[in-house]
Amino acid sequence: MIKQVFKRPDALKDNIFHYCPGCGHSVIHRLVAEVIDELGIRGKTVGVPPAGCAVLAYNYLDVDMGEAPHGRAVAVATGIKRCRPDLVVFTYQGDGDIAAIGTAETVHAANRGERLTVIFVNNGCYGMTGGQMAPTTLLGQTTTTTPGGRIQLRDGFPVDLSQMLAVAGGSVYIERTAVTSPKNIIKTKKAIKKAFKAQMDDLGFSLVEILSACPTNWKLSPVDSCKRIEDEVVKQYPLMVIKDTTSL
Amino acid sequence: MGRKRLMRGSHVIAETATLAGCRFYAGYPITPQNELPEYLSSRFAKLEDATFIQAESELAAINMVMGASMTGVRAMTSSSSPGISLKQEGISYMAGMELPAVVANIMRGGPGLGNIAPSQQDYFQATRGGGHGDYRTIVLAPHSGQELVTLTMKAFDLADTYRTPVIILGDGLMGQMMEPVTFPEPIEPSALPKKEWTLDGAMERDSRLICSLRLDPFKMEQHNWKLARKYAAICERETEHESYLLDDAVVAVVAFGTAARIAKGAVNRVRKEGLKAGLFRPITLWPFPENELRGLTRSVKHILVFEMNFGQMVEDVRLSVGEKATVHFHGRPGGIISTPHEIADAITRLVYRYGLC
Repeated sequence: MIKQVFKRPDALKDNIFHYCPGCGHSVIHRLVAEVIDELGIRGKTVGVPPAGCAVLAYNYLDVDMGEAPHGRAVAVATGIKRCRPDLVVFTYQGDGDIAAIGTAETVHAANRGERLTVIFVNNGCYGMTGGQMAPTTLLGQTTTTTPGGRIQLRDGFPVDLSQMLAVAGGSVYIERTAVTSPKNIIKTKKAIKKAFKAQMDDLGFSLVEILSACPTNWKLSPVDSCKRIEDEVVKQYPLMVIKDTTSL
Repeated sequence: MGRKRLMRGSHVIAETATLAGCRFYAGYPITPQNELPEYLSSRFAKLEDATFIQAESELAAINMVMGASMTGVRAMTSSSSPGISLKQEGISYMAGMELPAVVANIMRGGPGLGNIAPSQQDYFQATRGGGHGDYRTIVLAPHSGQELVTLTMKAFDLADTYRTPVIILGDGLMGQMMEPVTFPEPIEPSALPKKEWTLDGAMERDSRLICSLRLDPFKMEQHNWKLARKYAAICERETEHESYLLDDAVVAVVAFGTAARIAKGAVNRVRKEGLKAGLFRPITLWPFPENELRGLTRSVKHILVFEMNFGQMVEDVRLSVGEKATVHFHGRPGGIISTPHEIADAITRLVYRYGLC
C-alpha cells in the first residue's frame, strides 16, 4: 500500500504561479494554504490581498478573497472581521504596502487589537512597480530610486514595522522569519499557524513578517538572494519572536 | 409611522440608517457632521449586531466600510467636504467592486480646509464620480428633515439594488437644523434580501472574489461596459425631482437641498407680488432629472439656477435644456446662506428685465 506523503493543499488552487523564479511568494502562499488546511478553516477564512505582485494571491489561494486598495488591507479586514467575528480573516501584504502607505491603518488595527492575522512579506523593495526603494530597503542598497544606494540623510532609515507594532497594546504575537532554507520555511509555517491560532483564540492582533527574496529586482540569482537575506538582511531585521503574549 | 420627534438632521440620518438595517458605521470626526457618529455610537451600542468604529482616518473609515460591505452588512460612513475628498479612493474601489455603501457628505465651505459653514461646493465631486475612474455614484439631495428620513431609507435600498455607493449630499444647515420628523418601522437586517455575492467563507461552495482589478484590457472594458449599462438603467429608473408651483410659471428657479428650501421661500414671496415663478428641485443629482427639466421648457423660457457655490449644477441645467431656455445663475460660495429675500430679488430682477410679467 502506497501512503501519500505530499500533495497540493486543498486551499491552494491548481494554477501555475506567475511569480518570478526564486520569489518567496509562491512558498509563502503554499505555507498559508497548508496552515488553512491543517486548521480546517478553509470554509470560514477570508483573505485580503494587497496591491503589488501578490494582488493575484486570489488566483492561487482557494478561499474567499476581497481586494483592498494599496495599504488599506487591515482596514478592509477590520470591516470584515467586525461584521463576521466567526470568520478567520487574514491580510497578505508587502513591505511597501504595510510599512509605507498603510502604516497608519496597520498601527491602529494592532492598537485596537483587531482579531486579524497579517502575513507581511518583506523583500526590501517595491517588486511589482520595478524595484523602487521601500521603507525596508537597507542603507546602501541600490534600487531604481536610490541609484547610488540608500542614504540615511536623504532616504531615512529602514523602517522596522514589526517592532513598532510590538509596542501596540492590542498585538499579541509578532514573529519575523524567512523563507531562505528548509529550516526557515518550517519555522515560518509554525509562525503562520501560531498567528492564525492567536486570532482563532480571540487573543488579539497577530503578524508574521517574512523576509523574502526578490531576485529580479535585486539582480541576484535565487540562491544568491537567499544568501543575501541570511548574510545581510537579518542584521537589520533579525529573525526572532518579537512579541508573544499568547500564553500569558 | 410613529409619533413626531424634533431632531437635528445629522441625528435623523443616523436614526434612519439604523431603522434601515444599517449595522456598520466607521467614521472620523469632522465638523459639521459630528453629531451623526456621536448619535450612532450610542445607538449602535444598544444593538447586539451593530459595529461602530471611530477610525484613525477617513481613509481607514471608508475601507472598513468596504470590508463590512463585502460581508453583506448594510454599512455607511459620513463626513464633510475635506473628509469626503479622502474617502474618494474607497468610493472608486467600491464602484469598481460593485459594493453597496451609503456615504453622507454634510458639505461645508471650501476649497481646502475652508470653513464649517453650509455650502454646496461638492456638487461636481459627488455627481462626477469624485474619485478616479469611469464611474458614477447615485446622489440624493434632501431639503428637509422628513426628506432626510425618506432619502436615507432609499439610499440603502438603492445601494443594495444596484450594488453601488450612494451619496447623501447635505450641508451644514441640513445637518444642524432641527425639524419634526416621523420614522418608518425598523427593518431587521435578517429580513433583507439575501446577497449571493458576499464573502463569508467558502463553505461547501466555490471560493469567491471581490475585486476591481482587471489586468486584461478586454476584460476591463467588459467590466466598464457592465457598469455603464447599470448606470444607464439607474438614469432610466431612478431620477427624482419636485415641481413646486410650476404649472403657470414663466420663470423657474432650479435649486437643490438647502438652496431649494430657501428658493421655496423666495417663490412664495414673489407669488404674493403676482409674479409667476416656480421651483424645480432635483432630488437625485445623479441621475440628473434632465428629461423632466427639458419638458419644463415647453412653458418656461427663463431658468434661474441658485446654488450655494459659484456655479456647478448650472452646467447640468444648461446641458439639459440646451437652447430651449435661457439659463441664469445666482450663487453664493464660501458658506454664505442666502435669504429668501435675496433670491426673491434675483427672480424679480429677471422678471422685469425680460418683461415676463
